[in-house]
Amino acid sequence: MKFASLLKQPADWMEVTGPHGDIVITSRVRLARNVDGVPFPGWARTEDRVAILEDLKAKVESLEMMGDAFSEELSKLTPIRKQVLVERHLISREHAAKGAGSGAVMNSGQTLSVMINEEDHLRMQAIFPGLDLKGAFDALDALDTELEKEVNYAFESRFGFLTACPTNLGTGMRASAMLHLPGLVLSDQINQVVQAVNKIGLAVRGLYGEGTEALANLFQVSNQHTLGEKEGEIIARLEKVILQIINHERNARQKLREENPAKVMDHIGRAYATLRFSHIIESKEALNHLSMLRLGIDMELLPKKWAMCVDSLLMEIQPAHLQIRAKGKLSAIERDTLRAEILRDQLKSLPEPDIFTKDEQVSSEGEDLQPPESELDDE
Amino acid sequence: MNCDVCKSNEATVFLTQIVQGQMQKANLCEECAGNKGVTDPTGFALADLLAGIVAEQRQESALVSKEKECPSCGFTQADFKKAGRLGCSHCFQVFGTGLESLLKAMHKGTRHVGKVPSGVAKAHETTGQVAEMRAQLDSAIREERYEDAAALRDKIQKMSERGSTTESRAVSGAKANSLPTDEKPESEAL
Ligand SMILES: [Zn+2]
Ligand SMILES: [Zn+2]
Repeated sequence: MKFASLLKQPADWMEVTGPHGDIVITSRVRLARNVDGVPFPGWARTEDRVAILEDLKAKVESLEMMGDAFSEELSKLTPIRKQVLVERHLISREHAAKGAGSGAVMNSGQTLSVMINEEDHLRMQAIFPGLDLKGAFDALDALDTELEKEVNYAFESRFGFLTACPTNLGTGMRASAMLHLPGLVLSDQINQVVQAVNKIGLAVRGLYGEGTEALANLFQVSNQHTLGEKEGEIIARLEKVILQIINHERNARQKLREENPAKVMDHIGRAYATLRFSHIIESKEALNHLSMLRLGIDMELLPKKWAMCVDSLLMEIQPAHLQIRAKGKLSAIERDTLRAEILRDQLKSLPEPDIFTKDEQVSSEGEDLQPPESELDDE
Repeated sequence: MNCDVCKSNEATVFLTQIVQGQMQKANLCEECAGNKGVTDPTGFALADLLAGIVAEQRQESALVSKEKECPSCGFTQADFKKAGRLGCSHCFQVFGTGLESLLKAMHKGTRHVGKVPSGVAKAHETTGQVAEMRAQLDSAIREERYEDAAALRDKIQKMSERGSTTESRAVSGAKANSLPTDEKPESEAL
């Protein structure tokens, strides 16, 4: 499969809404594996890395599960193409910085991807839409089991799968879900939730600026330990905790609607206005505003039809995606200008909802828009 | 304040995570934050980086024994201190014992209980059981429960004769299939 075809094909997780898709964007599982007796990539000489890459790349490509895979050595990809893979969460930023002796293989649906010679010889990942860590794990576990027949894995009774960094020993597994939590952020409850989650050995992360504001209100919940606990237990514990966070977020959104509808409308309205009329906009600002539109859609204040557009914008306005569209390198200001242009055009193409023009909407329709209690419980 | 990664530039990006009620902080310069991919909240980079920095802070106490070198890849203790990473899978036989305290602070346990490659499954199970009984034996001796200790010692001896206790072995599926199932492993002396 060629890069151009990969680019044209949106990732499966972007196309469909998974379980609890209004709050959980993706579920991802990663496994770290190494070849026995061969120096880890960070310690190996370039010749060793090139040799192991050649061997592993052929073995991963030939797995039936990978189908018509996109497979390439990183040294053969332009910086912008590598960056696109980063923006699609197919390779890590550190991996993109690598050259000779590193590679990546991914299936066409972009649900499975394998980095070769990142920090470990193999870093495999499964990414599923919504909350489905079990599904992602099962898919990746199957891939791992197939690959194990071909590759002499470094494994030891005591420490499990041997990894370059001791933080990954044991299962070599990190499972995480990306959560959109604007309700908890707007109602100042996010800190409490983060604290509670962390008490049980899981980690919640956002990129913190002032206070607790996270970029686009996105938070990653993942397991902290890889040694001393079974994969299934880790996944089950994570899912349980994430379901609780989802409940908190739903309650927070409902409470905002009941107690402070004007505040919610103000955030959404300002976000819309900025995105609709800006001429220069940085990625961070755009993402934060798109987060508010997404909240508006999920709270049924904005038309459901907008969802597709907002979700694809989240991907399209990222720097490398912009440069692929422009067919060349862009300076920061050129990117900010093009980003604003795309956002204006896309939002202009959507019919302006009455909600922004009718004053009485906020107070009178708040009640009606609220889904009945039972509906929330069913999900 | 200097950057935790390059230790030279001024830190301008401040990351925080709270794990089990403990606040962990990392301070990075613009450049390292970009390189490490931590500005992407959806990446695993942030998780790995913070784990790495915390590990680094704890390594001071780990691996204090005298300078050792991995015969397989030439990696030394000094290299580990510098990189926070090991050189190859054989390094764990050389530096493994020194890692225990670090692992205790980092993980839920110090022994693997998850997936085992099919080729090493049987050997792994025995090793795990023997290790557990060893720990019980130790505490029995410490608590002067000599009858229990004797029984445990016999059990361990029997187990060791029955199953392989090879501590470190990587077996591919292909190789594993050719292993006779009742292979007589070397017994382990107490
Ligand atoms: Zn730095
Ligand atoms: Zn070594």
